[in-house]
Amino acid sequence: MLGNLAGVLFDGIAYGSLLFLISVGLSVTMGMMNFINLAHGAFAMLGGYVSVMLLSRLGVPFLASLPLAFIASAVVGLVLERTLYRRLYKASHLDQVLFSIGLTFMSVAAATFFFGPTQQPVTLPAWLHGQVSLFGLDVGAYRLFLIGIVVLITIALGLLIERTRFGAQIRASVDNQTASAGLGINVSLVFSLTFALGSGLAGLGGGLGIDVLGLDPTFPIKYMVYFLLVVAVGGAGTIKGPLLAALILGVFDVAGKYYVPEIGAFVIYALMVVLLIVFPAGLVRRKA
Amino acid sequence: MTPLQKRQLNLPNDRWKPLEIVFWLMPVAAYFFFPGYLVLISQIMIIGLFALSLDLILGYAGIVSLGHAAFFGLGAYTAGLLAVHGWGEPLSGLLAGAVVAGVFGFVTSFLVVRGQDLTRLMVTMGICLMLHEAANKASFITGGVDGLSGMMVGKLFGVFEFDLNGTVAFWYSFAVLFILFVVLRRVVKSPFGLSLIGIREGVRRMPSLGVNVNRRLIAIFTAAAAIAGVAGALLAQTTQFVGLDALGFPRSAELLIMLVLGGTGRLYGALIGAAVFMVAQDYIAGLNPAYWQFYIGLLLVLIVLFARGGILGGLEKIAQRFKPSRKEQA
Repeated sequence: MLGNLAGVLFDGIAYGSLLFLISVGLSVTMGMMNFINLAHGAFAMLGGYVSVMLLSRLGVPFLASLPLAFIASAVVGLVLERTLYRRLYKASHLDQVLFSIGLTFMSVAAATFFFGPTQQPVTLPAWLHGQVSLFGLDVGAYRLFLIGIVVLITIALGLLIERTRFGAQIRASVDNQTASAGLGINVSLVFSLTFALGSGLAGLGGGLGIDVLGLDPTFPIKYMVYFLLVVAVGGAGTIKGPLLAALILGVFDVAGKYYVPEIGAFVIYALMVVLLIVFPAGLVRRKA
Repeated sequence: MTPLQKRQLNLPNDRWKPLEIVFWLMPVAAYFFFPGYLVLISQIMIIGLFALSLDLILGYAGIVSLGHAAFFGLGAYTAGLLAVHGWGEPLSGLLAGAVVAGVFGFVTSFLVVRGQDLTRLMVTMGICLMLHEAANKASFITGGVDGLSGMMVGKLFGVFEFDLNGTVAFWYSFAVLFILFVVLRRVVKSPFGLSLIGIREGVRRMPSLGVNVNRRLIAIFTAAAAIAGVAGALLAQTTQFVGLDALGFPRSAELLIMLVLGGTGRLYGALIGAAVFMVAQDYIAGLNPAYWQFYIGLLLVLIVLFARGGILGGLEKIAQRFKPSRKEQA
C-alpha cells in the first residue's frame, strides 16, 4: 500500500511536470500578454507529430528529435504571432477565445488530414524502457527521465528570465509596455520571441509526452482543459504558480484514476472548481 | 462610443418592426415549402432557443461562458428520464427541465459572477465537464455513452401524437421558441435589460446608479440556465433520445460559434447564427466531418479578424453606410 502510494505520487509528479512544461508558455501569454490562447495545445500537438515523424520516418534518434520538436513549434508560433496573434492583443477576451478555438479546430482537422485519426505509436530507446530502482522504489525509467528533463528546463527558464538581459526585457515589457518602449526595448520583438519560446516549450512537451499523454488529432481539445487549468489554478503570469498547480493536478489526477476509477476525471474537475472558488486569482499572485 | 453602441443605448422602441414579422413568417413558410426538412428546421429552432439563452448572458450581460451545455444537458436528461420512467406528458416535462436547469443555474451563478473572464471561463467549463463526467460514469441512470433510450413521450395536450414526419414536433418547437422569444424581447427592452447592457459596457459605474450588479447577473444567469434547460428538454422530447453529447464541451463551443456568427446582443443574431450554422453543417458534414471542422475554424478566425459583430453586425454596418449617402443625395 505504501509502495503503491509512493508509486502513484511519483507517476503523478512525472505527469504534472509534463503538464507544467507544456503550460508554462501559456501562463506567459495569458498572464503577461493578457491573451487567452486556447490553441496552445495545438503547438504541443505539432511538436508531438514532428517528433513522431522524425523518429519513425527518418530514423532520427529520440534525443535529437526533441530539440527539433522545440524548434518547429517555436517557428510556427513565431510566424503566427507575427501574422495573426498580435492583431488581437488589444481585442476583447471573447474575440481571443473565438480566434484561438478557431485555430484549434483547424489544427485538429489538418492533423486528421495529414496523419489520420489514429493514435501515433512511439518507440522509445532501449535505455528508457523498464524500471529503475530509486531509493528502494521501482519507478519507470522514462518517467524518471521526464522529471529530470523538466527540472533542468525549469532551472534554465528561471535563469533566463531572472538573470539574462532578454529576461529583463521580457519582465519590463510585460509590466509596462510604454515605458519599456521609451527605454529603447523593442517590445513587439520581445513579445514575438516570448511567444515563440512558449510555443517551443509546448512543442517540446508534446514530443516528450507522446508516451504518457498519447498523440492523436484530438490532442489540443482533449488537453486544452488541463493546460488552462494549470494556468488558471496556478495564477496566470507566474512560473511558480503553474508549477505548483501542475504538480497538484498531476498527482490528484493519477491518484483519482488509480484509487477511484469509478469517478475518474471527476476528481480533477471538482478540485479545479474548488480551487478557483477559494483562490479566484490563482494560487500564486503575480508581483506587480 | 461608436454609433452602433449609441443606438443600442437609446431608449428602446418596443413596437414590432415589419422585418421582424417577416422573420417569424419564414419558418411557417418553410413548413409549407420544405416539408422534407421539418426535422432539421425543428432542430434549428431548438438550438436557436439554446443560442438565445447564451445571448442573454454573453450578448447582454457580457459573461463569457464555455459551459452552457451543462444546462441544456440537464434539461434534456430531466425530460428524458421522466419520459423513460413513465412521466411522458410533454409540457410538464419541459417545465421540469426548466426548473432543474434553473435551480442548478442559480446555485452555480454565485461561482460565476465572481472573478474575471478567465475564471468565469474556467468555472463554467469545469461545471460542464463535471456534469459530463458524472453522466458518463452514472450509466445505470443515464445509459452512459449509449445514451438514454426507451423514452415514451406522450401526446401534446393529450391530443397530438409525435409523428415520424415531425409535424407536431415542428409546431411544438415553433410555439415554444416564439413564446419565449416574445418574453425575452420584452425583458431585454425593459429597464432590467438596459441595466444588463450597462453592466456589460461599464461594470464599475453601475453601482453608482444604484444597481446591484451581482444580483442582476445572478438573475439573468439563472434565467438563461432555465431557458437552456427548456431547449434541452425540447430536443429530448422531439428526438426521443438523449446522448452524452448534449452535455459535451464541443456543444458549448459550437453554441458560442453560432451566436457570434449571427451577432451577439441582438436576440435575432442567435436565431440566424443557429440557422446558418446548422444548414452549413448539414451540407458540409455530409462531405467529410474533418473538412467541416476545418471550415468552422477558418470561419471563426475570419469573423474575429474581419467581421466582428457577425452577420447582423455586418448587415447593420452596410445599412448605416447607405443611410448617410441617401441624405447627401436628398
